[in-house]
Amino acid sequence: MAYTAAVGSTNYRFDDLRALMACASPRRSGDELAGLAAGSEEERVAARFALADLPLKTFLDRVMVPYEDDEVTRLIVDTHDAAAFATIAHLTVGEFRDWLLSYEADAAALTALAPGLTPEMVAAVSKLMRNADLIAVAAKCRVVTAFRSTIGLPGTLASRLQPNHPTDDPAGIAAAVLDGLFFGMGDAVIGINPAGDSLSDCITLLKLLDELRQRFDIPMQSCVLSHVTTSVQAIERGAPLDLVFQSVAGTEGANTGFGVNLSLLREAHDAVRSLKRGSVGQQAMYFETGQGSALSAGQHHGVDQQTLEVRAYAVARAFDPLLVNTVVGFIGPEYLYDAKQIIRAGLEDHCCGKLLGLPMGVDVCYTNHAEADQDDMDVLMHLLANAGVNFLIAVPGADDVMLNYQSLSFHDVLGLRHARGLRPAPEFERWLAQMGMLDSRGRLPPPQPGGAPLRRLLGAPTA
Amino acid sequence: MSDERAIDESAVDGRVVDDLARDPFARLRQFTRARIGLGRTGDALPTKELLKFQAAASQARDAVHAALDVPALRKALAPRESIDVGSRATDRQTYLLRPDWGRELGNGETELDAERGDYDLVFVIADGLSARAAMHHSVAMLDACTARLKDWAIAPIVLATQARVGLGDAIAQRLGARMVAVLIGERPGLSVADSLGVYLTWSPQPGQADSLRNCISNIHADGLDYERAATLLAWLAQEARQRKLTGTALKPDLSSQAGISDEHSGRLEENT
Repeated sequence: MAYTAAVGSTNYRFDDLRALMACASPRRSGDELAGLAAGSEEERVAARFALADLPLKTFLDRVMVPYEDDEVTRLIVDTHDAAAFATIAHLTVGEFRDWLLSYEADAAALTALAPGLTPEMVAAVSKLMRNADLIAVAAKCRVVTAFRSTIGLPGTLASRLQPNHPTDDPAGIAAAVLDGLFFGMGDAVIGINPAGDSLSDCITLLKLLDELRQRFDIPMQSCVLSHVTTSVQAIERGAPLDLVFQSVAGTEGANTGFGVNLSLLREAHDAVRSLKRGSVGQQAMYFETGQGSALSAGQHHGVDQQTLEVRAYAVARAFDPLLVNTVVGFIGPEYLYDAKQIIRAGLEDHCCGKLLGLPMGVDVCYTNHAEADQDDMDVLMHLLANAGVNFLIAVPGADDVMLNYQSLSFHDVLGLRHARGLRPAPEFERWLAQMGMLDSRGRLPPPQPGGAPLRRLLGAPTA
Repeated sequence: MSDERAIDESAVDGRVVDDLARDPFARLRQFTRARIGLGRTGDALPTKELLKFQAAASQARDAVHAALDVPALRKALAPRESIDVGSRATDRQTYLLRPDWGRELGNGETELDAERGDYDLVFVIADGLSARAAMHHSVAMLDACTARLKDWAIAPIVLATQARVGLGDAIAQRLGARMVAVLIGERPGLSVADSLGVYLTWSPQPGQADSLRNCISNIHADGLDYERAATLLAWLAQEARQRKLTGTALKPDLSSQAGISDEHSGRLEENT
């Protein structure tokens, strides 16, 4: 079915829902690369007029990726909660935006609504929202998860400490972990991207992080971001594995490219849940996503990259995750060309994930061939703090020496906490206080040379 | 604390305490080139570290946007013959936005056709994401490789601009080469802005799957040296010629082949 709208004296026609959604998307290089983007700014706005008038129910009647071809579509359709949807079933996409921004849509209402939303509805409404709308709506969402720390509580900002090393050298990784702990990082997770994907290296790193946790009695969870099948093997070998990680995308074909499907994820979820290693909670799955992954795998079905990204959140949602984050600027300029596109995508991903009920974090990042720099990351991290992001990724000096891209530094995230009066996860904050790292106002000042925290953490032998 | 020993100050020896007072991270820096122990002014980076980061970032950015100096390369390669080609992407911005165009020939077809022959191998020197890497390392790398492939029918060297790895497939087909080795600038990082990668492909076809290539990466002053990289490439090329394939099926045991760590075995990623 075609959709039409007029702007000025021109009538625009959009052949189907996929074309309408793609043309309504804010401009980005990935949709242009795929040949899906609006041909002009006017056509883009025409698509938004048509989209605004579309009843939300349309997305239940008309799928964008065929049901019979794609298990992600089947998951979305088969698990849709019609009762939760009933409160907004009468709205158009435009009216839904207005409702989301109204005082009526508070944290409780949004939480109750989440199971009634499909990714396509959420993607659609986000295309009608300005950046400030994305921030305002996300800030109203409340998603709290727990394992050994509690993440997402109001007034907190957690962090993933990412201590990567080009050859997975245990001493090098331990050095970066210790550096991060002095900035109060790691309350969401200490998560290593391994350089290789061997089971033995994965187990070595899991043991290293678990020994560190136990030696200093840190209320933290660790993760080695290996492929899900490697993590399951590590569990079978009895390795001290807290969280299972997997990169996921919004179509079955793109997930096949990652070497995963829903059945493998279910198996991994069952395996990690059976361990019950959490203390304050047992949510034990960690997912990463990023716009452009489906196109990159040639599995986008003519759907725009932002809609597919939100479909990836439907995959994550099925496994009750502790953590989900978009790696927003990692994929490169052919998908998100510059800082404007990266910032917009970061805000979209965060807001859409939160609307679907996910514990969203963001890797605020870029590569050197994108038109972006650290100043742009400063902007995005402050916007995300305003939006109530659950956690941010932090690496030593903002420079990931294994993955060769730039994220936020430990300094950045600590400074953001202090500037905005945000605190670490409560269990982790108590540990920081016990270690003597907090001052009387709850801030984490630079360590005193030769002071007790330095002696406690660095005086002990490393790996 | 569960472990009382960890906070027992008397258990920490005097030398370590002295180091901790001077530079708490001095001992740890030997284990990683990550930017640890940078110090703090308030919550921020001290000025010196701020500028050091910007210096590294500026080199990476400049490397992305620098152009391949084709006349200088041709001169360095003389008396060996070379052919200049360009991809369908005619400028840097288009190159970054259209990776698909970087894999298609835009000019140089006639020159390639004129040199068509029966070759075992063609070397392509490509700018990729760091023309500086190609300028700094490709000629020396090429010399080290050809010295190890003396009896091979090697095509004239091709100098390719605004090129992705896949452009080598079209070049090899046009020239009639059974195998292509693309020497290409890798995406600059903050620690290295001129790292060269080599991608070897048997019987290259347009639309070649990346899993059917072999990659040697991180060739630069502080990374893999030319001799070891060339030894590995020559081994791969000989195996490829004998077994008529490249890719995951040809995965060498890198540690035994050339004393090369996993760091250099390469991921097939943004360059392709």
